[in-house]
Amino acid sequence: MVRKPAAKESTSNVSRDELLKYYRDMLLIRRFEEKAGQLYGMGLIGGFCHLYIGQEAVVVGLEAAAKEGDKRITSYRDHGHMLACGMEARGVMAELTGRSGGYSKGKGGSMHMFSREKHFYGGHGIVAAQVPLGAGLAFADKYRGNDNVTFAYFGDGAANQGQVYETYNMAELWNLPVVFVIENNQYAMGTSMKRSTKSTTLFGRGEAFGIKGEQVDGMDVLAVKAAAEKAVAQCRAGNGPYILEVMTYRYRGHSMSDPAKYRTREEVQKMRDERDAIEHVRDLLLTGKHASEDDLKAIDKEIKDIVNDSAEFAKESPEPALEELWTDIYAEEKSA
Amino acid sequence: MATEILMPALSPTMEEGTLAKWLVKEGDTVKSGDILAEIETDKATMEFEAVDEGIVGKLLIAEGTQGVKVNTPIAVLVEEGESADAAPAAKAEPTPAAAEAPAAAPAQAAAPAPAPVVDQSPDWPEGTPMKTMTVREALREAMEEEMTRDDTVFLMGEEVGEYQGAYKISQGLLDKFGPRRVVDTPISEIGFAGIGTGAAMAGLRPIVEFMTFNFAMQAMDHIINSAAKTLYMSGGQMGAPMVFRGPNGAAARVAAQHSQDYAAWFAQIPGLKVVMPYSAADAKGLLKQAIRDNNPVVFLENEILYGRSFEVPDLEDFTIPFGKAKVVRQGRDVTLVSFGIGMTHALEAAEKLAGEGIEAEVIDLRTLRPIDYATVIASVQKTNRCVTVEEGFPVCSIGNHLSAYIMENAFDYLDAPVINCTGKDVPMPYAANLEKHALITSDEVVAAVKKVTYR
Repeated sequence: MVRKPAAKESTSNVSRDELLKYYRDMLLIRRFEEKAGQLYGMGLIGGFCHLYIGQEAVVVGLEAAAKEGDKRITSYRDHGHMLACGMEARGVMAELTGRSGGYSKGKGGSMHMFSREKHFYGGHGIVAAQVPLGAGLAFADKYRGNDNVTFAYFGDGAANQGQVYETYNMAELWNLPVVFVIENNQYAMGTSMKRSTKSTTLFGRGEAFGIKGEQVDGMDVLAVKAAAEKAVAQCRAGNGPYILEVMTYRYRGHSMSDPAKYRTREEVQKMRDERDAIEHVRDLLLTGKHASEDDLKAIDKEIKDIVNDSAEFAKESPEPALEELWTDIYAEEKSA
Repeated sequence: MATEILMPALSPTMEEGTLAKWLVKEGDTVKSGDILAEIETDKATMEFEAVDEGIVGKLLIAEGTQGVKVNTPIAVLVEEGESADAAPAAKAEPTPAAAEAPAAAPAQAAAPAPAPVVDQSPDWPEGTPMKTMTVREALREAMEEEMTRDDTVFLMGEEVGEYQGAYKISQGLLDKFGPRRVVDTPISEIGFAGIGTGAAMAGLRPIVEFMTFNFAMQAMDHIINSAAKTLYMSGGQMGAPMVFRGPNGAAARVAAQHSQDYAAWFAQIPGLKVVMPYSAADAKGLLKQAIRDNNPVVFLENEILYGRSFEVPDLEDFTIPFGKAKVVRQGRDVTLVSFGIGMTHALEAAEKLAGEGIEAEVIDLRTLRPIDYATVIASVQKTNRCVTVEEGFPVCSIGNHLSAYIMENAFDYLDAPVINCTGKDVPMPYAANLEKHALITSDEVVAAVKKVTYR
């Protein structure tokens, strides 16, 4: 396999344990998503289902810069974000199958999942709505005077929604501790970036509002992590928002029902062969003698077991009781 | 172990498809992500990828086959040195939930009428001293008291701070609470409504002021999709305890884009609470209640009412519960149901009718979600006639909904059809005479009452 080396391999400061963690976390997302695709094909998952395969290094690299109490919010392509912040594979998969064991008791589905415990604020189905919501989460941290940061993820498609720019303006005006993470996978559903804007970069649009930012190689988890640490440090220090435009690629269609006629099979194959983020870390582990083939096989097996277990759980978890139709519409008591 | 590859569902609605083309042949080695076949659905031709690794042992369905049902085995994948015949006999997969016939849950007829258990207890204790106050002052006091009581409550919106409020509702709040809690925003309704909702999801209690609700249309997505639905979509884990407030409805001579009553729009949404007060006491008690409520509350004020004075209880703290209408005037001949500025016309009409010997009972709904049906039904059971009064458009109005509810739950008590008095079914015109004609008037209410009382 021919791999293009990343611009600069910054492995010197990375420990074996870190590399293994990134490998494991990215592999979990990929295998989970493959399984979700399979269950969708079997009719066990309904509706829309947007897979994260190919983009794993983005969220794993960002999470490497997070600390307890940091918040995250994203779009409907959200399974990877949930796994990366420590939510259980079982609960995510069971939500995909619409069962009572899911994070939203089966009432949210693929696009609408949340975890108060892991500070994951969704899972939002309306393109770009999560951007001001994310700034609002950061507003709350600033209001309370802590040093937590919010990661607000959105895609290159969402970057053309007006509310993103209203949010940029207020986030910078109020120095909100929010990292805007643009996951630029280069296709807004079927529309390539070239066909939707004459901007050459998306992070550059922040300049108009005084927000600093940069473009990052999103197929290199170490590069993402390094950029994330810089962005987070700026936000924690009270120096307002930061934009990371993370260049990535999704191997699968926009959703399960995407005939993928807007790009060639060769283009996809080339990315998989030359730039795959998981293969990259695998190479680093092997060539750096941090792990043997057998070590990695053991991890592969461990991940496969987690994913299979989640699928079994998601099939066996009962459908929500019919009474659930009528719960959680209103919160009951008023505040003290 | 050999595994069967099943005909996949490739869209939310696909039940069967055409196996257009095989891209592998028997004996080929495949790995996860390789394209196995092209499958045609009713919408598109799609590539179907392998999930597992293995060798294609057998192709079970010939290419070109139409009408292949989802979940039919189409090929067998084997491991090295294994025969395709080792494939398990097509075992009956548990029927996937999605394909199951919907559980027999016959659409229930609308919930039976609650026996009208009417709560008309006084809103404050008998003998409470009263003070005269405008609606504007009442709203300001409500916010001031709640912001003093709870540090998580803050106000955001256009001109709420340094300008002291476009309609002076927030006058003095910046001086008292500072810019941390009285946040001036740029003119960015969808942006600040979204930021406010996010802050609420994180546990703060924002009061988001729209300079008028006409501008809230820009923020509709966050009010409905983000604020109202999150509690449900998260299985009860998090919601948006917040208030969206501002003037709603026609002011005077500001024409179509600035003159609209959104009561019926918001009242339709499960997950929202909707309040539309008329008097200053209700404005204060209900706004305090709204700020304390753990749900998103749409609080519809009215510019024309801001300057009107009413008696307000002189109490350190009082709230008015949601879902409790107020019988403002007792009567035996007809029930007038209204809310917000509609109450002006209902009360005026009742006064005129009294002069002609018709005693109207006037009910102020005060909250539109939840609605106090019991008080309405109990009154209709007494008067046997009902006229609703509101400023909004006639189609799918609050009055339409009440008419349907009364018909379902008190049909036998009605001596006449319910009449809905509403604004006219036209965009608000600018010309003074046309505007006057577009709005509901007390004379129209009087005429409607005469019709239902056959006078």
